[in-house]
Amino acid sequence: MRWIWIDKFIEFQSGRRAVALKNVTLAEEYLHDHFPGFPVMPECLMIEAMAQTSGILVGEAKDFQEKVILAKIKKAVFFDYVKPGDTLKLATEMESIAPEAASTSGKITCADKLIAEIDLMFSHIDQNLAGKEFPEENFVFTAEASVFESLLRDVVSGRASSGADAEQK
Amino acid sequence: MAMDRDEIIQQVQEVLVDALGVDDDEVSAEATLMGDLGAESIDFLDIVFRLEKAFGIKIPREELFPAENLMNNSDFVQNGKLTEKGLSELREKMPHTDITAFVDDPDINKLGDLFTVNAIVNYVEGKLNAA
Repeated sequence: MRWIWIDKFIEFQSGRRAVALKNVTLAEEYLHDHFPGFPVMPECLMIEAMAQTSGILVGEAKDFQEKVILAKIKKAVFFDYVKPGDTLKLATEMESIAPEAASTSGKITCADKLIAEIDLMFSHIDQNLAGKEFPEENFVFTAEASVFESLLRDVVSGRASSGADAEQK
Repeated sequence: MAMDRDEIIQQVQEVLVDALGVDDDEVSAEATLMGDLGAESIDFLDIVFRLEKAFGIKIPREELFPAENLMNNSDFVQNGKLTEKGLSELREKMPHTDITAFVDDPDINKLGDLFTVNAIVNYVEGKLNAA
């Protein structure tokens, strides 16, 4: 099982831009401890949500043939709290992509209010640590395309518009 | 694109300050990326991406930081030192870098010291003039 921290994509332009939603609910246990009586989403979990949104954008750009890992948080600035009941909109853009790495620039908003700016770098580790082998199962959605498809349920046509298979889906 | 050396230096400094989270005054011309500025391998890619953007140039893989290829080749490295062949390869691959001091003791552990702020400025300048 994978830990998926976003609920669905609402926009997906292959290799360029993706927008995902994350609904925050009080049923998420960490909110009871962070903090008792004042539940707010920890910033590191906002980074995780952006890392998943951006990581999938990066992975999909190479058809999930690369093992994509989060390599660097270039920037993470937070402007407001996130509370139970909020719907986060995670918008990310591909800044650069090369055979060995990619960088993305993202913004989190909630009802059009800016929550955070998070810029990340991802490494295609097979291209960087020459010769070292990594297990296949640990990497984003290589073996589990079905999870990825379900996240994209609302934007299949958007994704396919950059590919050739729009009609078949 | 017409850009004088001072402008290039300033832009390169800005890129390094942003990429490595260092202060302006740490980014002197002789500062080494790894030793003085604390760069790690992923930072080199970050720097390449930022330079491409800042100067509107394309930087092919291994052109700016070619050390990895050298180190994995036994023709070029023996007993932890670069061979004559390795040194001439290095000269060819890094014309933007002054390696005279390195030649006296071509220990591969010191290869990192060749990546200085100045070397990047030289590289970018060469790239812009060639364009």
